[in-house]
Amino acid sequence: MSADTSPAIELRGASKTFRTPSGGLHTAVRDLDLTIGRGEFVAVVGPTGCGKSTTLTLVSGLEEPTEGEVLVAGKPVAGVGDKVGFVFQQDATFPWRTVLSNVMAGLRFRGVPKAEAKEKARDWLARVGLAGFEDRYPHQLSGGQRKRVALAATFVNDPEILLMDEPFSALDVQTRALMSDELLDLWEGTGASVVFVTHDLEESIALADKVVVMTAGPATVKQVFDIHLPRPRKVESVRLEPQFIEIYREIWESLGEEVRITRERGAAHVA
Amino acid sequence: MSPEVITTPVVETAKIPDRAQSRAQAARRRKVVVAAARILLLVAVLGLWEALSRAKVIDPFNFSMPSDIWDQIYTWLTHGTALGSLGEQIWYTLYEALLGWIIGVAAGVLFGIALGRITFLADLLGPYIKVLNSIPRIVLAPIFLIWFGLGPASKVASAVVLVFFPVFFNAFQGSREVDRNLVANARILGASDRQVTLQVVIPSATSWIFTSLHVSFGFALIGAIVGEYIGATKGIGLLVAQSQGTLNSAGVYAAMVILAVVALVAEGLLTFAERRIFRWKATNSGH
Repeated sequence: MSADTSPAIELRGASKTFRTPSGGLHTAVRDLDLTIGRGEFVAVVGPTGCGKSTTLTLVSGLEEPTEGEVLVAGKPVAGVGDKVGFVFQQDATFPWRTVLSNVMAGLRFRGVPKAEAKEKARDWLARVGLAGFEDRYPHQLSGGQRKRVALAATFVNDPEILLMDEPFSALDVQTRALMSDELLDLWEGTGASVVFVTHDLEESIALADKVVVMTAGPATVKQVFDIHLPRPRKVESVRLEPQFIEIYREIWESLGEEVRITRERGAAHVA
Repeated sequence: MSPEVITTPVVETAKIPDRAQSRAQAARRRKVVVAAARILLLVAVLGLWEALSRAKVIDPFNFSMPSDIWDQIYTWLTHGTALGSLGEQIWYTLYEALLGWIIGVAAGVLFGIALGRITFLADLLGPYIKVLNSIPRIVLAPIFLIWFGLGPASKVASAVVLVFFPVFFNAFQGSREVDRNLVANARILGASDRQVTLQVVIPSATSWIFTSLHVSFGFALIGAIVGEYIGATKGIGLLVAQSQGTLNSAGVYAAMVILAVVALVAEGLLTFAERRIFRWKATNSGH
C-alpha cells in the first residue's frame, strides 16, 4: 500500500565521491534531496560538468551513493532494476545488431520469447517512424534516426522511470525540436516518470512539469520551479508564449549565477 | 529514381555521362598501367637474376636461377619429392599450421577475454604472461621435438605458442576497450554479466581479434616450418632441410615459393571470412 503512494524517485541526502586517476577525491554531487512524483516530467538543469549525470547514474543503480539514500518506488536502489530506462548522451546502439535486433535487445535480455519480442519491437519501430529500417545497421542511419532507435529500444521495455542524459544534445537544432515533440508524444501514453538532464534551459522548460536548478559542482539542488504550461505542447510554439519567456527569465536569474561561478572557476584553472 | 532525372534537358544528360565516362576510362587506364608495370618489374628482376646467374656474375651454385627453381618445382609436381608427393608435403605443413593456429587462437581468445573481464585473474596472471611473452618462443621448438617426437604434435605445439600471444594480447585489449556506454546500456536493458560478456564484449572485441588473426596465421606457418626443419618425417620444412643438406639451393627457393603461395591463399580466405563477419561495419559495407 505504501509502495503505491510513495513517490517514483526519492533522493535523501545523496552524495557521490569518485576517486580520480591521480588519486584525489572528486565530489560530483553532495547532499542531494529530490522527490519526483509518479508520471512527472522533471528536467534537471545546471552548468556543464556540475554532476547532473551522476544523479541519473545513482537513480539507475549503475552507481551507488557514497552517502545518503536513493529510493525508487519507495524501495532503496540495489543494482540496476528492471523498471528503469536510460537514454544516453552518446550513441549506445549496438553497432553489430540490426535496428530490429537493437530494439529487441532489452526484451531478449529479460527472457521474453523471440516471437513476442519481435512483434513488440516492430510496433515501437513503427511508432518512432522507422518501420522500413528493420534490417539496417546503425552506421547506415543518421544521428536522429539512431536516437529514434534508442528511444524505441528504451520504451519497448515499458519503463516506469525514464532517465535521459542530454539525449538530444548531439543533434542539429531542427532535428532536436522534432525529437522533443516525439518524446512528449511517446511519453504521454506511458505514465512513466521522467528525469531529463540538460544544460539547455529552453529545452527543459518546453518539456517539463518541473525544472530543477543545480548549483555549480559539487551539485546539489538550488531551486525547483513548477512549469504550468498546458499540455499537449509543441516545443517550437510553446517557446514563443509570453508565459514561457517570463518563466525563462525567472529561472535564468537562478541558473545564470551558477553558470558564472563555473566559468570563473574554469578561468582560475586556466590561469 | 526521381522523375527529374528522366525529364532533364538533353544538353545536360549528354554532358554528364560524357564526363563520367571519361573519368571511368581514365581510372581503367590507370589500373592497366599499374598492372603492366607490376608485371614488368617482376620480369625485370627475374630476368636480371637469370642473366647474371647464366653469365656467372653471381655463382649459380649458391644463388641458383629462376629457370632452375621452376624446373625443381616442376619435377616435384610431376615426379614427387624424395619424401613422397609434393601435395602430401604441403598438406602436412598446412595441417600442422592450421591445427596449431586453431588451438592457439581459441586459447588466446579465451584467456584474453577471461582476463579482460575478470580483474583478479588479470592481476594474478599478468606478470607471468609478460615473462612468457618475453621468451623468444621459437627456441621452444627443440624442446617440443624432445617431448612430442618427430610427428605433427611437436610442430603443432610450436605453432600454438607462437600464435597464442598476439591473439591473447589483442583479445585482452579488445575486451578492455569496450565502449563503456554500450556496457552501461546493456546493463540498463537487463543484461546479466554473462550476457554482457557474450553479447557486448565479444562482438566489440572481434575487430581487435581479427587484426591478430592475419598476423598469427603467418606465425603458425613459421612454427610448423621451423619444427619440421629441426626434425620431421614429412613437410615443406623438411624439404628445405633436405635441399640444404644436399646443397640444392634451387630446392630451398622452390620450397619458399610454394610456402608463399600457401600463405597468400590462406590470407585471402581470412579476408573473405572477415568481410562476411563484419557486414555491420561502415568500412566494409561498400557505401
